[in-house]
Amino acid sequence: MVDKIIVQNLSLQYSDGTESLRDVSLNIRKEAVTVLFGPADGGKSTLLRCLNRLNDLTEVKTASGQILIDGVNVLDPKLDVIALRRKVGMVFARPVVLPMSIRENLTYGLELAGEKRRAKLDEAVERSLKLAAIWEEVKDRLDSPAIALSGGQQQRVCLARVLALQPEVILLDEPTSGLDPISTGKVESALQELKKEYTIILVPHSVQQAARTADYAAFFLQGELVEYGDGKMMFTTPHDKRTEDYITGRFG
Amino acid sequence: MKNILARNRHLTQRLGFTLITLMAFATVIPIVAVVIYILIQGVPAISFEFLTGFPRDGMRAGGILPAIVGTIYLTIGTAIFSVPLGIAAAIYLSEYSSDTPLTRTIRIAIINLAGIPSVVYGLFGLGLFVLFLNFGTSILAASLTLSIMTLPVIISTAEEALRAVPQAFRTVSISLGATRWQTIRRIVVKEALPGILTGVILGLERAAGETAPILFTGAAFFLPRLPGSPFDATMALPYHLFVISTQVPEMPIQIQYGTALVLLVFVLSMNLIATVIRSRARAKRQW
Amino acid sequence: MEKSLRWPEFIITRLIKASGYSAILFVALIFFFLIREGLPTFGEVDLQTLFSSRWYPIESYYGILPLITGSIIITFGAALIAVPFGIGTAVYISEIAPRWVREILKPLVELLGGLPSVVLGFLGILVLSPYLRVLLDLPTGLTALAGSLLLGGIAVPTVVSVAEDALDAVPRAYREGAWALGATRWQTIWRVTLPAAKSGVLTAIMLGVGRAIGETMTVMMVTGNAPVLALTLGSLFSPVRTMTATIAAEMGEVANGSTHYHVLFFIGMVLFMISLGVNIAASSVVFRAKKRAERILS
Repeated sequence: MVDKIIVQNLSLQYSDGTESLRDVSLNIRKEAVTVLFGPADGGKSTLLRCLNRLNDLTEVKTASGQILIDGVNVLDPKLDVIALRRKVGMVFARPVVLPMSIRENLTYGLELAGEKRRAKLDEAVERSLKLAAIWEEVKDRLDSPAIALSGGQQQRVCLARVLALQPEVILLDEPTSGLDPISTGKVESALQELKKEYTIILVPHSVQQAARTADYAAFFLQGELVEYGDGKMMFTTPHDKRTEDYITGRFG
Repeated sequence: MKNILARNRHLTQRLGFTLITLMAFATVIPIVAVVIYILIQGVPAISFEFLTGFPRDGMRAGGILPAIVGTIYLTIGTAIFSVPLGIAAAIYLSEYSSDTPLTRTIRIAIINLAGIPSVVYGLFGLGLFVLFLNFGTSILAASLTLSIMTLPVIISTAEEALRAVPQAFRTVSISLGATRWQTIRRIVVKEALPGILTGVILGLERAAGETAPILFTGAAFFLPRLPGSPFDATMALPYHLFVISTQVPEMPIQIQYGTALVLLVFVLSMNLIATVIRSRARAKRQW
Repeated sequence: MEKSLRWPEFIITRLIKASGYSAILFVALIFFFLIREGLPTFGEVDLQTLFSSRWYPIESYYGILPLITGSIIITFGAALIAVPFGIGTAVYISEIAPRWVREILKPLVELLGGLPSVVLGFLGILVLSPYLRVLLDLPTGLTALAGSLLLGGIAVPTVVSVAEDALDAVPRAYREGAWALGATRWQTIWRVTLPAAKSGVLTAIMLGVGRAIGETMTVMMVTGNAPVLALTLGSLFSPVRTMTATIAAEMGEVANGSTHYHVLFFIGMVLFMISLGVNIAASSVVFRAKKRAERILS
C-alpha cells in the first residue's frame, strides 16, 4: 500500500458559519512530502486539524466523510484519539515551546504515555534532536529553559518534540513563517531527510517553499481541492487555470 | 494670540496635574500614617507575655494568645473549605465552560456573593450553620461562613490566573496526546499557580480581618482555655479589638493599640507574602 | 495506559463541574435562609410600624426608616469622598505617575483595601472622632461624618483598582491620536481617555458604593448608633445608625424566633436585595476587562 492516508468526501463547516472544506477527496502517499498550498482560508489548516482530530477542540457544526489512515477511519467517534495524536504529530506556525527545559519539552509526550525509564527517555531526547538537526546546538544545555532559544531553534525543538513520540505522520502548518532564511533552510533539509521514514504533510508559507519541497502538491481554493498531482509538474505545468493564476501571482 | 492660548492650555495642565497628584497622595498618605501611628502606639505593649499569655483582669492586663490562636484557626478553617472549592470552580470556568446561560448565571452568582455585606453573611451563618445544622457557635460554623464569603475572591483571581496562561500551551499539549485534565494539571494550573496563590492569600487575609461574619457564628469574648475542637467557640483578634475598644470600661489604651498592631501585622504580612510571590513569579515566568 | 486514565479523570471532571455550579447554590441558600427567617416579619409587624420612623425594639417599635436613612446618608458622604479621590488617584496612577511611583503606589492602595475595618473603626474612635469633636465644636465626634470619612477611605481602593483597570484598557492609539491633533495630556485625559473608559469607571463607582453600603464594623464603632431619621445635610454632624450596624449590634441580644429576630433578618434581606441590585447593575454595564490577569500577575 503506497497510500498512507485516504481522504474521502470530507466536508466540514464550523459553527461560526465559515465553511471550511467541501467534498475533498485525496490520497496521500507514504514516505513523501505532500504539500497543501493555496490562498488563505482555503481549508488547508482545517484538513490538517482533521487528521489529528485537533478539530475536536473547536466548535464544528457539520462534518461528513472519512479519513482512513492505514485503513482506519480516524473520524470515528469511538477512536482512541490519544493514540492517534501520538501517531500523527503536528508542528505549528509559531514555535510554541512549553514553559520547561528543552529536555522536559521532549519528554512531555513520552511521560504522558507512561514512559518512566530514564534511559529510554534520554535516548529519545538525543535521537529526536538529531533527527531535527539541532542536537549539536543544544546538547550542552538540555536542562535550560527552552524559551531562551532563538525562534529557529525553538521550532526545531518543536519538531523534535513530535519526533520523540515516534509518529508515522508529521503535519506542519506553516512551520517556517516566522523564521529567517537560514533556519527555514535547516527545517526544509530536515524534512527531506525525514521523508525517508515518515509521511509528511506540509502547508507552506509561500509558493516558493511549496515548489522547493513538494513531492506531491494539492491546491486548495476556498474549501475545494482544485488540483492534486506530482510536485514538480504542479509548479511548472499546472492543469487548472486557477492553479496557474495563483502560482504566477495573479491573485494571492 | 496663539502664544496666549498655548500658555493657557499648559497652565491648565500644570494646575490639573498638580491637583490630581495631590489627590493621589492625599489618598495614600493616610494609609501610611495609619500604619505608622499604630506601630508607634502599639509597640510598647508588645512583649513576650503579651503574645503568649492569657488575658487577665477582665482583659485589662496579660496577653492575647487565645485571640491570636483563634484567628489562626479560623484562617486555616476558611482555607480548608474555600481553597479547594474555589480553585475547582475557577478551573471549571476557565477550562470547561462555554458561553451559555448557565455559565452566565454562575458568573452573576459569583459577583453577587462578592457584594453581599459581611454582616449578612453573619446572619446567614447563624441561620444555617449555628442553628439549622446545629453546629452551635463554633470555629466550624464561623469557618464555613467565612469560606463562602471568601469564595468569590478566590474564584475570580484564580480564574484570571488560569486564563492568562497562553492558549497555545493547551493546544500543543493536546496535540502531543494529553487529555484535557492532564493538560490542566501539568501545564495550566502549574503555570497559573503563583497567581492563584496570590489570590488565595489575599482572600484569606480579608477573612482573617473580618469581624461581622464571626460575631454570631463563632466568636467569644473570653475563653479560659484554647479551643479544643472545631465545635468550640473561639476568641479572635478582630472581635477582641472591637470589644476592648468599645465595651470594656477603663481599658488601658496601650493594650488596645497592641492588639490592633498584632492584627495589623498578621494581615499585612500576608499581604507582603502575596506581593513577594507575585513579583518573583513575574521574574521567573517562561512565557 | 489510556484506559486507566479514564476513570479518575471522569470523576475529577464531574467534581470540577459541580464546584462550578456551587456559587449558584450558595447564593440560593443565602437568599433562602434570609427569607425563611425574615419573612415572618410581615406576619408580626404591620407595614405602618415597619416603615415608621421610630426604631426602639424594646418597646416593639420596629420602624426601619431611620436605619435606611442612616445607611443612605453615610453612603452618600462616603461616595462624595471616594468618587473624586478614587478616580483622581486612578487617573494619577494610570496616566500621570512615572513608572517607579506607580510601582509603589499601587501596592499601597491595595494595602488600604486589606486593612481590617475594625482597625479603622478603632482609630476612628480614638483619633478621628475626638478630633472632629474639637474641630467642629460638636457634642460628640461619633457622627455620620466620621463614618463617611472612614467609609470613603474604605471604598477608595475598590474604586481605584477597577477604574485604573478601565483606564489602562483604553488603547494607546486613542491617546496618541489626540496628541497628534495637538491636545495636551490633560485635555486628552478628560476628553478622550476618561470618556473611553466610561463604563469601567461607572462600574468602579458602583462597586465602591456597594462596598460602602455593606460596611459594618467601622460604622458601628464611629457613627454613634442613634437611630434617628437623617434627612438633612445637618444630620451629617449628628449620630446616626445604619442597617448593618443595627444587625451587628442587636443580633447578639435577641431571642431566637422573636419578632426582633425576624425583623433583623428582614433588614438583612433588604441589604441583600440592595447589593444584588447594585451588582447586577454594575455587571450589566459592559466592561471587558483587558487582561485583568495582569493586575494579579504583574
